This record gives sequence, structure tokens and C-alpha cells, in this order.
Amino acid sequence: MLLIPCPYCGLRPEIEFRYGGEAHIARPADPTALDDAAWGAFLYLRANPKGLHAERWRHTHGCGRFFNAVRDTVSDKFVATYEVGAPKPDLAALAAARHERK
Amino acid sequence: MQRFSGFSLLRRAFSDHRGWSEQWRSPEPRPEYDIVIIGGGGHGLATAYYLAKEHGLRNVAVIERAWLGGGNTGRNTTIIRSNYLFDESAALYDHALKLWEGLSQALNYNVMFSPRGVMMLAHTVHDVQVFKRHVHANRLNGVDNEWLTPAEAKQFCPPLNIGGDMRYPMLGAALQRRGGTARHDAVAWGYARAADALGVDIIQNCEVTAIRRGLSGAVEGVETARGLIRTKKIGVVAAGHSSVVMAMAGVRMPIESYPLQALVSEPVKPIFPCVVMSNTIHAYISQSDKGELVIGAGTDAYVSYSQRGGLHIASHTIEAVCELFPTFRRLRMLRNWGGIVDVTPDRSPIIGKTPVPGLYVNCGWGTGGFKATPGSGHVFAWTIAKDEPHPINAPFTLERFRDGYLIDEAAAAAVAH
Repeated sequence: MLLIPCPYCGLRPEIEFRYGGEAHIARPADPTALDDAAWGAFLYLRANPKGLHAERWRHTHGCGRFFNAVRDTVSDKFVATYEVGAPKPDLAALAAARHERK
Repeated sequence: MQRFSGFSLLRRAFSDHRGWSEQWRSPEPRPEYDIVIIGGGGHGLATAYYLAKEHGLRNVAVIERAWLGGGNTGRNTTIIRSNYLFDESAALYDHALKLWEGLSQALNYNVMFSPRGVMMLAHTVHDVQVFKRHVHANRLNGVDNEWLTPAEAKQFCPPLNIGGDMRYPMLGAALQRRGGTARHDAVAWGYARAADALGVDIIQNCEVTAIRRGLSGAVEGVETARGLIRTKKIGVVAAGHSSVVMAMAGVRMPIESYPLQALVSEPVKPIFPCVVMSNTIHAYISQSDKGELVIGAGTDAYVSYSQRGGLHIASHTIEAVCELFPTFRRLRMLRNWGGIVDVTPDRSPIIGKTPVPGLYVNCGWGTGGFKATPGSGHVFAWTIAKDEPHPINAPFTLERFRDGYLIDEAAAAAVAH
């Protein structure tokens, strides 16, 4: 079971949380302007990286708040958490920084 | 290829079983092949076998990052069934089931296919209605499936608890008698041996690092840990790593990869005659020929490539198993492990061409790909050889996520299947 660092409550066990999928997938402002390919991409295409992944979590059985996190999908370790609405971190730079520390 | 038979086994028994040759070669990769298959699991090896066997294409390589069948082929719970709701799915999975029935003879390799019956339990009124709908839909498609009362289910599977003391009492079951299990490693090895005998090169411990594309966009080859291999056609059969491999060609996929766990108990004498699945309280169980109870747990909630999952997922399944089969409460679990499954939004696979000329993909089997291994390889080989889909896999395109023609088994089963 993962230990997840809720930015509001601290480290808590995974069963208190709900996973919310990939973060930063904004609903298009004007859906009718999109063609099928762009709409299909919004609905279904996902990064699914082997490495750092920006994703949404909700501390459902705790403070109840949503937050975003960067997690390494190979080790499942959390690298960073940040508020909903904050810009997406530079995952390539984060990965390079982690690589240097090793 | 040395053929296996009762006589050849007996003959070599007298010479201490020395004199058996390797079951497949370990060749150096050639600089160029007609077709390169990325991924040496059951589906990839089956694809290579049917390319050589049915289409006469023998200048084929299967490139595997690690060892054959070491991914999901060796990590699943080996359940085989074809009782899917939609016409497209029933056609695909029943095509596979028909090939399973003659596979040991076709490959001259005992894959231990055992059609012992797959029973799916209903615990709620909704379950009963859904399963009866499945039974009728299946029978219209020529797929056997029948409805059992709790007493009939108990007769078919004596360890089953049908008492009213359960949190979710059993209200009935749908039984597919042609369903069952097979030996997962033997499937990979049998296909590898048969493909090798037809001239396919199987290259293990050779990771693909890039897919090379020409100015026209068409594929030109793969760069691997053992150098560049030129080819005009690439079949990607990389299961949990499909997104990663397809990204090498610049194609984004409607796939997310999740850990799926399974576990086995200590071996016991034969006690469990069939396969039992319960989607509602989430347990899959059967007994291997070695005597271990093979138990399938669920997927973890999050995207991961770690090949392990949370213990709470496995314990949830064990609680359900103990409720259904109280007699197993004192069994100890021997091993648990995880595999990485490639899940599509509609829980149906993607088998077909891609926007990149010469690049073909067979992925998205999610939590239930083992049962489809022969059929998957068969129709994918057709697709690669003829550059057009077989009628059975024609609906399973990548474009369906653009055009909206989903084959929504996710909604039909209400859970991962």
C-alpha cells in the first residue's frame, strides 16, 4: 500500500485516497469547435509514461480535498505534490534532477 | 524439431532423458527481416507462429526484452472463456476458444488445456439480470452458456458456500462448460518451439530502444540493444509497455497501465473441480494441476509499471474467497505477484493498423488477455500479412476511439474482466 503525502494532512495510507487519473487534462473551452480526432484525444489519449507522471488524487476519507502529485510509475515513489490549478511541473527537469542526486 | 509423442518419451526414458535438443534456437539477429514482432509473450509468439504457418512468411523475428513469457503470459491466472456480451467480443474470444481446443495437437506441445467449466456467480438481483442477458446473448452467438440455480452450482462445485449466512449470498451462476484453464508457460514455449521450427528467429534479452521511420513516415527498422534491425513491418505486442513502445513511433495510445495481482496457495490435493469467478465480490479461483489454488485479485487504482501492488487489494480478494469457500480459511498463501496490464477505455483490445505505415499494434487486452492468445495471434498475423484486418478484428481498431464505435465490455461486465 502506498503512503501518500497529502499536502494538507501529511503522510496517510493509500486507502484514504481516491485516484483521479492524469492531471492537467482540461475540458476544451468550446467542444463544438473540435473535430473528432481532437475530441477523441481529449477523452481517451493518455500519457501513461514509464517514469514521472502528473496525476490527481483526492483525500476522500480525510480532508476531502483534491491535489496533484508527481509520482514515479516505476518505483511508485511520490516526488512532489502541488495545488490544483498550479501549473504542471517540468517533468523532464524533475527527472534530470532526480537522476543527478542518484 | 524433435517431435514429442508417447513413444519418443518412452524411448528416451531408457537413456535417462539425455539427447533432447534445445526447443528453440538462440540466433544472432540478422540485419534485416520482413517482419519484426516486438514482444515475446504468448500473443507475440502466436503471431509469429501463424505468420509462418498460415501465411508462409518465415523471415520473421520476435524480439523480447527479457525472457519468453516472463511478462503477463507467466503472471496471469490462466482462465479461458468466451462468454462476452457483445457480438464483436464473442466472435473474437470464441475464435480463440476454438483454437485452444486443438492447440496441443497443432503445436505438438501439451498446453494442458482443460475445459473444466467457468462459473460466474451472481450475488444481487442486478447480477442475475445481467448474467441472464449474457446467457441469452451468448447463445444467440453460438457460445455455450447456461444459467444454474444455487443448488445446481453447488452440485457443479461442491466447496461452494450457498448458505444465507454470507454478506452477499449467491443467487445463481452462469456456467460456460467449454471454458477452463491452460498451462501458461507451455503456451509461450509451445508457440516458440513451433515458430522456431518454421524458421522464425526468437531473440531474447534484446530491448527495443527506438523505432526508425523514413521520410515518408513509414517504418524502416528497430534499434535494439543488439544493434539496428531493418524491417518494413513491425508488430507491437508489448502488453503493459504498449504506450512506451508506440511512443517510440510517435503514436499516442488510449491506454493506461495498471498493476494486476495474483496469488497462489500452498498445494493441496484435488479439491476444486472448475473455475469460479465473482465479479461482484471480486474473486477468481481455480486449482492448478500442481495443487495450488490460483487466485486472481484486482488492479490497483493508479497507473504503474512496478509489477507489484498493494496488499489491501490481495486481502480484499482473499476475504471474498474465504466467504465463498469457508473450507479454504486455513490455507496459507505461497506467493503473490503483479503484472502490468494495458487497459483501454472500453476494456476491449486494439488489434490492427496504425496511422504509421508498416506499424501494426495488438494491445489493450487489459486484465483478460491470456484466454485470447491463439485467436489474437491468428487474426493479428492475418492483419500484418495482408495489410488489412481479418473480419473478426476489423471492429477492434485504434480509430474507434476517434469515431465513437466503442465495444464497451467495461460497461457490460461492470468491472475489469
